[in-house]
Amino acid sequence: MPAIRSRLDTGSEAFRANADHHRALARDLREKVAKVAEGGGAEAQKKHAARGKLLPRERVRGLLDPGSPFLEFSQLAAFGMYGDEAPSAGLITGLARVEGREVVVVANDATVKGGTYYPITVKKHLRAQEIAAQNRLPCIYLVDSGGAFLPLQDEVFPDRDHFGRIFYNQANLSAMGIPQVAVVMGSCTAGGAYVPAMCDESIIVKGQGTIFLGGPPLVKAATGEVVSAEELGGGDVHSRTSGVTDHLADDDRHALAIAREIVRHLNGAKPPPPPGLRPVLEPRYAAEELYGIVPKDPRQPFDVREIIARLVDDSDFHEFKALYGTTLVTGFAHLWGQPVGIVANNGILFSESALKGAHFVELCSQRGIPLVFLQNITGFMVGRRYEAGGIAKDGAKLVTAVSCAKVPKFTVLIGGSFGAGNYGMCGRAFNPRFLWSWPNARISVMGGEQAASVLATVKRDGIEAKGGAWSKDEEEAFKSPIREQYERQGHPYYATARLWDDGVIDPADTRRVLGLAIAASRNAPPEDTRFGVFRM
Amino acid sequence: MFGKILIANRGEIACRIIRTCRRLAIRTVAVYSEADAQALHVERADEAWCLGGPRPADSYLRADRLIAIAEASGAEAIHPGYGFLSENEDFARAVEAAGLAFIGPTPEAIEAMGLKDRAKALLEKAGVPVVPGYHGENQDADFLATQASRLGFPLLVKAVAGGGGKGMRLVAEAGEFHPQLEAARREAKGAFGDDRVLLERYVTGPHHIEFQVFGDTHGNCVHLFERECSIQRRHQKVLEETPSPFLDEALRARMGEAAVAAARAIGYRGAGTIEFIVGEDRRFYFMEMNTRLQVEHPVTEMITGEDLVEWQLRVAAGEPLPLAQEQLLTAGHAIEVRLCAENPANGFLPETGRLAVLRTPEEADELRLDTGVRQGDAVSVFYDSMIAKLVAWGGDRPEAIRRLSGALADTEILGVGTNLAFLERVVAHPAFRAGHTDTGFIERHRDDLLPPAGEVPLEALVACAARVHRDERAATPGDSPWEDASGWRLNRPACARWNSGARTASRSWCRRRSTPAMPASASRARRTACASGLPTATACRSSWTTRPSSPASPATAPR
Repeated sequence: MPAIRSRLDTGSEAFRANADHHRALARDLREKVAKVAEGGGAEAQKKHAARGKLLPRERVRGLLDPGSPFLEFSQLAAFGMYGDEAPSAGLITGLARVEGREVVVVANDATVKGGTYYPITVKKHLRAQEIAAQNRLPCIYLVDSGGAFLPLQDEVFPDRDHFGRIFYNQANLSAMGIPQVAVVMGSCTAGGAYVPAMCDESIIVKGQGTIFLGGPPLVKAATGEVVSAEELGGGDVHSRTSGVTDHLADDDRHALAIAREIVRHLNGAKPPPPPGLRPVLEPRYAAEELYGIVPKDPRQPFDVREIIARLVDDSDFHEFKALYGTTLVTGFAHLWGQPVGIVANNGILFSESALKGAHFVELCSQRGIPLVFLQNITGFMVGRRYEAGGIAKDGAKLVTAVSCAKVPKFTVLIGGSFGAGNYGMCGRAFNPRFLWSWPNARISVMGGEQAASVLATVKRDGIEAKGGAWSKDEEEAFKSPIREQYERQGHPYYATARLWDDGVIDPADTRRVLGLAIAASRNAPPEDTRFGVFRM
Repeated sequence: MFGKILIANRGEIACRIIRTCRRLAIRTVAVYSEADAQALHVERADEAWCLGGPRPADSYLRADRLIAIAEASGAEAIHPGYGFLSENEDFARAVEAAGLAFIGPTPEAIEAMGLKDRAKALLEKAGVPVVPGYHGENQDADFLATQASRLGFPLLVKAVAGGGGKGMRLVAEAGEFHPQLEAARREAKGAFGDDRVLLERYVTGPHHIEFQVFGDTHGNCVHLFERECSIQRRHQKVLEETPSPFLDEALRARMGEAAVAAARAIGYRGAGTIEFIVGEDRRFYFMEMNTRLQVEHPVTEMITGEDLVEWQLRVAAGEPLPLAQEQLLTAGHAIEVRLCAENPANGFLPETGRLAVLRTPEEADELRLDTGVRQGDAVSVFYDSMIAKLVAWGGDRPEAIRRLSGALADTEILGVGTNLAFLERVVAHPAFRAGHTDTGFIERHRDDLLPPAGEVPLEALVACAARVHRDERAATPGDSPWEDASGWRLNRPACARWNSGARTASRSWCRRRSTPAMPASASRARRTACASGLPTATACRSSWTTRPSSPASPATAPR
């Protein structure tokens, strides 16, 4: 089979410089993640533990199968937002194995502002449910939340994709046959009360969990009735009297054990494995070498096949149309034993590259092969010759193919993600099952330099039309903040904080992350694709 | 050669005999008790006849039924196996009187060797050394005391009709003689209905070494070398090997000659075993002769490449021995262990039950498994508690030991308590590895071999459970990355406490036990976990949740 033969010189100065740069980025990522993993901080954690409650990450670990991987989503959600008061947006979400089944876990972190929902918390919760829906994965909610974050109620409550959507999703996920399980390990107040109430099966921890539409202060204010939280909506009330919960647990561990029991009895199995599975082979080249491939300067080109060689089984890549439309690399491979079709940028997109990409996406859809997009794209070629050649309609063909393809799609931003290139390469708007960024990635409608130049040209034209003059220094002073804005907003931490992706990943983990996600995506039955009109 | 024989036995030896018969195209008639209707030997034989009720007296000891079945089925000969009627001269006589061949010695030879004192007197005359002692008819207590003083102490008082250690007493000094004599007599009376005793000098540091002999009806007699059977509990063999690490060539030759002389002295026909006791001083004495095929015969077969059952059949059919003494050669080393349903911690008392799980390593040229049961079969109270014999061959003793330990580790028996772990500890013991295997071995190393019960620490169970869990995960089809139980975390240290904890626990546990690393074998891990009564998931879970979280895990190297 045609294994990629790497031409990378791992002893070169350039390799070492690149590697140092990307390693430093990965280290920074790990440090940032370690920081947000502390949740509300040591003090809040101590208080939380003093109540006999497990910390949210301990709860997740206790729920999982021993040794199960945990593919966490959007660890850096709300990073740099809300005065950095909501690490991970106060919510831990991710993919894991429980009782041998892949499930989506959603766990409130009550050490972060009592587990209340910031706007990004809502978005993160909804995204986890979307992942569950697309991949047909049971949802387990470890609830410990005071409900909406009231100071930001206008960004949390009223709109379509706000708080209420969580319950809409629960109902509709359940309707799709996707099990909804809640473990009430703390408060579920007001709207939060609906999380367990909307679930198929729920557990409550005695003396810890409470569920009520109005808490004791509200009750007192409304009716004058004085009642304790436990009497109002504790485990005993809901398990023995109201029937809001189905199982009463002695403590967190017991509750998690019951949750596992519930999963054990779900009686749903994933569809049979697709015929193309093969024994897993490691790539022929070390994952660590990924650090040294992408140049420190994003404008310098590199051969994306060097990346592919470090992601796919045995570095075995059956390239499609290698000689045509060479700025897009397409081909078939296996990743962790699973067949994949890879679409990777190797330069700017021309008509030929777009046509080749559309053809390849059609092939994968026809054959039921999941698609992996490796994005490093500045955009489509511009200019008279290319417009006249119909690059817009050829680009549209690729976008149509990518939009309509119903095979699972996975996108990794390994470099730039600019302009319409983002669309053709299955950006967030094109419903990839998952989308991750490398720490060196950049995302914006165009590059900062281009944007500054475009805006400067428009401004200069305006000034000059009025007969004015614009000095070089004035232009530079105008461009500099634009560049700075694009750099800040295009940074992967800025992007991931706003849930434009499912997380920033260490390049060396890409293979594993893709492997886990593709395997999880197989829980959903294959769908037939119907393409829209391809403009010819 | 016979066209059809009846096998008057059950279990592994019946299966063993059937194996050779099949190879030689001899048809086999199995017999069975009602308890054995579904047994493996019934399934393996060409035909099977029911003898009667489950008690041996109603079935396998029914000489009349056996002969009637042999006649009815058209068998030409009867193979008695070992135990049951194999050393019963009346049966042998009845078989021959019915015009059938008895695949064993003559009734006279069985009789001559049956009573130990008479056998010794006979062989002493033939020049075979016997332990100095008194084997006379005078049973007067005071007379015996005088004889004891003449022989010197320590000495043994043994029942004349004895066997299996019953009616045997060690007398350390003259003052103990009378009470011990009384005790021996009481036991002998109870067990054999015969309270006559003999006196023997007690040999210190004794080895139990036996020689396989074979005679034919043409006056030929050879030996097929020795078997070292010193590792015994309650005077029953646990492990047998050949060659004996204790013998040198010269001693082996002299003992072999003595064994052949003993067999010749009674004109022996067929397979027999001359048991010797060999002292620390390397002097050897004749102890007794077993006039049948021994349980441990496979070790001899492994190093000689001969099939002793085939030899038995040929001799019984009147053929001469296949090989002469100088044609018999050996290669390598063979060790057998007897896997029994018993509780070593409770005086090796037999256990009964159903073999819920019986997984054994695959057989190969170097590894032989003789068994009469399969998964799901019952080990009943009616018969011998032996489940299987595991025999390993190696180019030398260390290789055989390595292979045997591996095979034991790959063996899994659940549902019935067994001596499997005990055997593993025997084979792993430094004294065994060094070849120090006299009959005091088990008693001397009791503490190493029989750790007190209920001592398995939780960490060890956790280690087992972890191992089992991982193996079960690994065994699920498809190589999903979700099967990789490394506790991987995105951008965070792996949650590998489970792994490292299990490793540490098992290591410290093993240090205390001086056994090979326990969770090295999945079957052993599962066995330990199950034996403790803890479902594996529970054990896993407790390890998972009770360990305090620590920020750094040794399993993840910083990138």
